[in-house]
Amino acid sequence: MSLVLRGGKVVDSQGERILDVEIGDDGRIVSVGNDLSGDTNLDASGCVVAPGLVDLHAHLREPGQEDAETIESGSRGGALGGYTALVAMPNTEPATDCAAVVEQVRHLGAAALCEIVPTAAMTVGRLGVDMAPMGELVDMGVGIFTDDGTGVQDPRLMRRIMEYSTGLTARLGRPVLLAQHCEVSALSDGGYMHEGDWSSRLGIPGQPAEAEELMVMRDIALVRLTGARMHFQHLSTASSVAMVRGAKAAGLPVTAEATTHHFSLTDAACASYDPVFKVHPPLRTDNDVAAVRKGLADGTIDAIATDHAPHADHSKEQPFDEAPPGMLGLETALSLALEDSGLDLPEILALMSWRPAAIAGVNDRHGLPVVVGNQANLCVIDPDETWTVSGRAMASPSSNTPYEGRTLRGRVRHTIRAGEPVVVDGEARR
Amino acid sequence: MSATVASPKHLLGMDGMSRDGLEEILDLTDTFAEVGRRSIPKVPALRGKTVASLFFEDSTRTRMSFETAAKRLSADTMTFTAGSSSLSKGESLRDTVEVIGSYGADAIVVRHGMAGTPHRVADWTDACVINAGDGCHEHPTQALLDCYTLREKRGNLDGMRIAIVGDVRNSRVARSNVLAFSMLGAEVVLVAPPTLLPPSVDGWPVSISHDLDQVLTGLDACYLLRMQRERINEGLVPSLREYASDYGMDARRAKLLPADAVILHPGPTNPGVELTVEVATDPRSVILDQVSNGVSVRMAVLFMLLGSVLDVAPSRSSDDSEADG
Repeated sequence: MSLVLRGGKVVDSQGERILDVEIGDDGRIVSVGNDLSGDTNLDASGCVVAPGLVDLHAHLREPGQEDAETIESGSRGGALGGYTALVAMPNTEPATDCAAVVEQVRHLGAAALCEIVPTAAMTVGRLGVDMAPMGELVDMGVGIFTDDGTGVQDPRLMRRIMEYSTGLTARLGRPVLLAQHCEVSALSDGGYMHEGDWSSRLGIPGQPAEAEELMVMRDIALVRLTGARMHFQHLSTASSVAMVRGAKAAGLPVTAEATTHHFSLTDAACASYDPVFKVHPPLRTDNDVAAVRKGLADGTIDAIATDHAPHADHSKEQPFDEAPPGMLGLETALSLALEDSGLDLPEILALMSWRPAAIAGVNDRHGLPVVVGNQANLCVIDPDETWTVSGRAMASPSSNTPYEGRTLRGRVRHTIRAGEPVVVDGEARR
Repeated sequence: MSATVASPKHLLGMDGMSRDGLEEILDLTDTFAEVGRRSIPKVPALRGKTVASLFFEDSTRTRMSFETAAKRLSADTMTFTAGSSSLSKGESLRDTVEVIGSYGADAIVVRHGMAGTPHRVADWTDACVINAGDGCHEHPTQALLDCYTLREKRGNLDGMRIAIVGDVRNSRVARSNVLAFSMLGAEVVLVAPPTLLPPSVDGWPVSISHDLDQVLTGLDACYLLRMQRERINEGLVPSLREYASDYGMDARRAKLLPADAVILHPGPTNPGVELTVEVATDPRSVILDQVSNGVSVRMAVLFMLLGSVLDVAPSRSSDDSEADG
């Protein structure tokens, strides 16, 4: 049974060309050319055929909070958003900090519509006290460690984790990636939005930008000391972007991601007092949004991530302080990048597909050029289709999208995961 | 006497209110202040209406003031005293609000420790919502009663210079009063150490001072904010003693204040911190007037939101038992 994507324009890391793409039974691309025909043909006319998207930052909530999301529902949302791989954050319940939970995530991920890339916590229980069994986890193939949801507060422990990780390079076959949620909790605790003009006016206690920036600064210094491979998650402030730019110029082994919401929304959104706009790090100012966009444009920021964070409706129907932080992102990220990043599609695909694939260490199968022999992890994007965001219509059992009711241009028409058409004409096939 | 008044749906804050709207409530307050001076201070204006108090934070004074106002208007009252967190009971705020709605409340008076909670409540109910204080955000009926008290003492606020002294950062009273005072034409100066000021006052119609002595001589009114002991634990000021020494109103400072100036405090006071006992009994202190005006202002607000035709004929005694049932 062969599958042909017909009439689309291929855009990948090698450039752009009009090509039909034929995918064989083994899930690999078997031929590219013109006027191809297969057992099944999917219309891609007017569309862009691209390597599938890779999200470095998704909360799939399983195990532990299955009322908010499951690996299955999250992967369905991912596939609808054009993703073929999702890096699953370890702030599950229990935390993904040991072999057993990694095994569970893998097992659940095997049936998912995207490839699920498990990560593990840097510290036991994500408590920031004791180092997680990184060697054992590396031997299972875990290549990314993060306490995401919180940063490792203790600089001494962080130094030790960094040093230790550098000894695991050979066992993993590449440097272990340490991904930090940069937030000095002593400065951010008790704050629920960005501290500034809006928080002052709204009376919502704020978190200063410096809570993020101090940890970015600390970790850059510790990378210089240890040589560890560091990835900065969801950079949100102008100074954070500037510091990472400086670290890269100094040749340090650091990468960074920014989320869709940090270049498409500002703290002004909190004026509604709707906790759907509550997120960590918080929505920042226009100036920060401009700096994030610039960082994406000049390569300081390597990837657009979602920080997809589902929360069941009842948990967001609370006062601003009590509602948990986080927002849905998988189904809206590509459209928002097209609308709000200021970048063109090839640049966006670099930030959402092949660069994050390389950071996640899945670039032997994701983000690859559309050429014969490569595994067919592809998405077909209609850049002109307009659609209106509805949280209820999303694959997630949660509906906490901050873009409710917004009309966006650009939508995924088909997603091919290892040769299987998991999304066809904007509908998930399973 | 009969009149109709414009009826907005909610009173959530001074933010967004117009000068006309504010003055309309103050004018209406005169009417209800007169009712309060009667031997039977009760009118049937809101007979058959139900006013629910939804207080997530302890506040005996504000709750009693609203309940007194509702009862003087012959409304039925009910009180929903919630814990500080509804989530801790596994119930969402929305669930709580929908339950109160199902009891037939026409107005919900909301006090909550977090900014914006009354705004959320308003999203989920058909009832009128009155903000009785939301976190560090607003306390609009306090601002109304403060404006009413100042107007009562000084005619009007146009051109007045008013200092708001103390913990502006954490004060809903300050936020509402900055807006209300400046809307009525007063000039506002915030007097506090930097740690007790909001992180940003960009765009606020205020000036800033860290020197109370220097400010006092030119004032028409000095508004002392309550100083919570928690601020010491949070490290915002070294001690209550140092706060009182730098920002407290004592006899020496009271002498610097002009003879016709007014001293206000939202209550309850910490004697010896924001002001000395001696100053509290200074003839320029209007703290007790604020309390009694609070009831009149809240009657005006409840009437504005729930009433239609103003009828302030005395209530017949038979109404009283019904109304409170």
